[in-house]
Amino acid sequence: MNHGEENELTQTFDIQGGDFAHAGSVSTKIKEILKEVGIDPAVIRRASIVAYEAEMNVVMYAQKGTFTLRLTPGQIHFRIEDEGPGIPDIDLAMQEGFSTATEEMREMGFGAGMGLPNIKKNADRFLISSLVGRGTMLSVYIFLRPEENP
Amino acid sequence: MKLREIQALLKAEVVCGEEYLDKDIEYAGASDLMSDVLAFGRAGLLLITGLSNAQSVRTADIVEAKAIIYVRGKKPDKDGIELAKKKGIPLLSTRLMMYKTCGLLFSHGIAGIPESEETK
Repeated sequence: MNHGEENELTQTFDIQGGDFAHAGSVSTKIKEILKEVGIDPAVIRRASIVAYEAEMNVVMYAQKGTFTLRLTPGQIHFRIEDEGPGIPDIDLAMQEGFSTATEEMREMGFGAGMGLPNIKKNADRFLISSLVGRGTMLSVYIFLRPEENP
Repeated sequence: MKLREIQALLKAEVVCGEEYLDKDIEYAGASDLMSDVLAFGRAGLLLITGLSNAQSVRTADIVEAKAIIYVRGKKPDKDGIELAKKKGIPLLSTRLMMYKTCGLLFSHGIAGIPESEETK
């Protein structure tokens, strides 16, 4: 299999913080792209859940963010960077049920403290870093074949 | 059970997706929390919810739910309906409350989300 650059697809989307009306539209687009290139449906489903939860986090908590999809023959990579409040205690944020959501977020059906654990559960590799007052970066890999797993 | 039979059982209104009423439904899940649906939902489920904004439809699309039933007479907003039409997800609305909706469906043979998915 050729792993050269011609087999890669990279696309970056902007996410507007607080834009609840369009929340989820980036994930919908990403799902469509993954379908078009013929990725296995079970993998698409996992990737879509990751994308949606990550996008919702940016919409709910940050001022703005970018979502970069990088697709190579072996893996799907998502990099989500936002300018926002950051996460003071990542270990705490990773616990199921821990949430700092507002009433508005809960009315959207989110903010139950399941987002980050959900992302981790569906990822093959999950990296998170955050700087309080600056923002949060998520890097998520989903492997297309088990043998890609390092 | 066909979606059409479910519609009759719940006296539900078809908001959109009349053409999909012959879909076969085996199992369902009910929640107003979309993160829970994303965590525990399974492809092919019937989603029962009281959350009527567009996020309910996006969530259904992401987890590949077969259809959505809104309880307590709720109906999604225009954006939700547009998205459902685009994605081919039928939307139904029943006046019944969530508990009764679930009870009726369960007693008529619609199972819950398979166990392995719940305990994963």
